Amino acid sequence: MVKFEELNTLNPITWCGGCGDFSMLLCLKKAIVELNLEKEEVLCVSGIGCSGKVPYWINTYGFCGLHGRPLPVATAAKLTNHKLTVLAMGGDGDGYAEGTSHFIHAARRNIDITYIVHDNQVYGLTKGQASPTSDKGFLTTSTPNGVLEMAINPIALALSAGATFVARSYAGMQQHLIEMIKEAVKHKGFAFIDVLQPCVTYNYKNTYQWYQAKVYDLQKEKHNTSSLTKAFEKALEWDDHEKTKIPIGIFYQAGRDTFEEDHGQIKKLPLVKQEINKIDITPLLKQLQ
Amino acid sequence: MVEVNKFAVKLGGEAGYGIAEAGKILAKVCVRSGLYTVVTNEYPSLIRGGHNTAHIRVEDREIYSHIKTCDILIALNKETMDLHMQEITPNGAVIYDGAETKIETGRKDVQLCSVPLAQLAREAGGERIVRNTVALGAAFALLQGEFEMLANVIQETYHEKKGSKIASINKKAAELGYSCIKEKYKGPFRNQFKKEKQKQSILLDGNTALCLGAVKAGCKFHAQYPMTPSSGILSYMAQQAMEYNIIVVQPEDEISVINMAIGAAFAGVRSMCATAGGGFALMVEGVGLAAMTETPVVIIVGQRGGPSTGLPTKTEQGDLRFVLHVAQGEFPRVVLAPGDPAECFYEIGNAFNLAEKYQLPVLILTDKYVVDSMFTVPMFDQDKIKIDRGYLITEKQLENWNDFKRYQFTEDGISPRSVPGQKNGIYKAASDEHDEYGYVNEDPENRKKMMQKRFKKLELLQGEIPEPKIYGDKDADIAIIVWGSVKNQAREAIKLLAKENIAAKVIHYLYISPFPAEATRHLLKEARINLLVENNLTSQLGSIIQEHTGIFIQHRLLKSDGLPLSPEEIYLKVKQIRGAYGEI
Ligand SMILES: Cc1ncc(C[n+]2csc(CCOP(=O)(O)OP(=O)(O)O)c2C)c(N)n1
Repeated sequence: MVKFEELNTLNPITWCGGCGDFSMLLCLKKAIVELNLEKEEVLCVSGIGCSGKVPYWINTYGFCGLHGRPLPVATAAKLTNHKLTVLAMGGDGDGYAEGTSHFIHAARRNIDITYIVHDNQVYGLTKGQASPTSDKGFLTTSTPNGVLEMAINPIALALSAGATFVARSYAGMQQHLIEMIKEAVKHKGFAFIDVLQPCVTYNYKNTYQWYQAKVYDLQKEKHNTSSLTKAFEKALEWDDHEKTKIPIGIFYQAGRDTFEEDHGQIKKLPLVKQEINKIDITPLLKQLQ
Repeated sequence: MVEVNKFAVKLGGEAGYGIAEAGKILAKVCVRSGLYTVVTNEYPSLIRGGHNTAHIRVEDREIYSHIKTCDILIALNKETMDLHMQEITPNGAVIYDGAETKIETGRKDVQLCSVPLAQLAREAGGERIVRNTVALGAAFALLQGEFEMLANVIQETYHEKKGSKIASINKKAAELGYSCIKEKYKGPFRNQFKKEKQKQSILLDGNTALCLGAVKAGCKFHAQYPMTPSSGILSYMAQQAMEYNIIVVQPEDEISVINMAIGAAFAGVRSMCATAGGGFALMVEGVGLAAMTETPVVIIVGQRGGPSTGLPTKTEQGDLRFVLHVAQGEFPRVVLAPGDPAECFYEIGNAFNLAEKYQLPVLILTDKYVVDSMFTVPMFDQDKIKIDRGYLITEKQLENWNDFKRYQFTEDGISPRSVPGQKNGIYKAASDEHDEYGYVNEDPENRKKMMQKRFKKLELLQGEIPEPKIYGDKDADIAIIVWGSVKNQAREAIKLLAKENIAAKVIHYLYISPFPAEATRHLLKEARINLLVENNLTSQLGSIIQEHTGIFIQHRLLKSDGLPLSPEEIYLKVKQIRGAYGEI
């Protein structure tokens, strides 16, 4: 079982001071420790963005792939070795713009991985352009007249795509975030957490203070997590968040066979453990005679 | 003059009328009878309607490609006659339904065999779709084949796919067609079919051969989004998934495909994906990711007419430059272009070894002609596919490993590879430039060393790449230079030339990256006339040869009209060049 210090790496962190990503990294490590995992059995797969750097700073196996593409890599890695705990992570640009289709399809497959989105409602690494979750009217370098599009609703999207664990957390509430990550990892199936993550450099609007005043905990309200209808109701509150509050916590959780379970090929042995030296294709060749 | 076991049959009709299926049945009968066949199909990109043909060429010795002519034309509609009457050899025959189609042709040298195809199909209890089988029976009767042989293959084919009722309808249909010819056309037809001893040979297309090789080589993960001409790979692999424990995924798009293939390989299995040019365009960034993270993946790219959607079902060799240069930045890659099913089978085995030994993407460039045509080839020797996983290390090796560096600078540039789950082997695979551990690193000195490390692998790799292969007389002073599947037509062309005592050889490029420059320099000096033959407009291999050797090959036969080159075209081109040199 890994100890907290063992999860540190020597690689210097390059996030801006005060970035919500620090808190998210810390919570991820704490969750892994509290879940009693072994560090070599955890795989963190990221895209590109400030958020995409998490794998460098946590001492587990890591794959820092392409912008928008952590989910396909994570999906295949999980299919290849389903004994691994696989976490995919990235920004809101990464996941809700470049990688939207992967998000929908990973949810639909119900692959047993955890997907954590660092949702700062802005593009961090490329220096402050609008993102799909930027509020309408939000001023950025790429939207000098304000964002014209309506913001994407990640929770509703995940629900409609068939995700079996759908949650939101907030980087400013560490205990909550740790719990959410733990529940997501423990969940059997595609677990999605949209994490509100203040960007102190490029998001002048959605700040710690702003989120702090807005968020409220669904679980404290005795929200029924097994009802998809109720989950949608709560999810849609996001569309009004400028005026009202933002629910955090578990919106929805359901049981459904996972993508790995539906692959009989790996019932006995993970794919990666299977012998490949003695494969006999004689029957296939005979069919061609 | 009677010709035994040397004939070609062409079937033509609308899409949806079982043209390809009938062709396959005839070919299978021939293979079971110890003969060699090549089956080529031409069809437009649609499901119903449009003009489809299947060409079945048969001989009692090895043959490599189609030819332009046929001895029997089966015309299921008038269009087939309009388009292909001229392809029938003198004294050949056309089988058609006189009740539906009037012959309007000036050809007196062709035997007109009217068979009431539609009526006999009905009599057999079938729909119009069974006309193909009636015609097949008729053709087989003209060739004087034993009906039983045809009946057996029909039974087997339809029983397996459609059940016993459809199988017996088709058998009956074939029988009616067969008897009709026997009764109406007495005279012996020039071309005759005669059973020989069955040989240890198989009938298959290039896609199937690639799959067989991949299964044998231990490919455990295959991802693919359907796209002609590679779609056959997806269905074949999916059919074997349970029996051979392979995970086959059809993801949302080709971007997901390549990233999945990389994810599986990173996690430790042999992994591949397949597509055509359009899908490969979506994979571009992913190919660079495989290169940067040094993840071994095998990527099959099936060529068809481009650009864009282009000619979805037609053959072309227009993607060589695309594949050679794909993705931003500079990195080593292997590119190979198998030209026949045997090469597809054995070389994909090698492709997996090269990918793992050198930890880089291996690109297999096929084309519609090789993956979609069926060839008779000697039974594959599966033991020839050996597995070499390179510097993939075990948990045991890692036990006492101090300070594991996944991207360690080594003599040959090849670094140790661990997989997630192994103790002591933790590392980061990064799409960013990185240090030996995989951490992002932009230091110029490190960058220089990493670039060199990746390219250093080429030195060893270069020594392992087979040289271009020569077919025909090594000392011939005419060399036909080809890559990929055009070797088939070129090999047939040298047979035609040999009949006139013109010695020619084929130089075939199977591996194109790394490019065999040294060998090329020598080979091109040997012949007096070098002729480049490519199924493209701009002679992509020609420009690559020039780039690497400085040699400009002047004589070219290039074709990009959507049709495969034919042996006859190559033969004529050689004759023309010789003519220009004052030789007859
Ligand atoms: C294919 C591609 N397009 C664009 C980029 C440039 N790029 C890098 S990160 C990024 C967006 C970053 O925003 P987000 O995903 O929200 O992550 P954050 O930095 O805010 O954590 C972009 C556009 C890229 N790396 N790759």
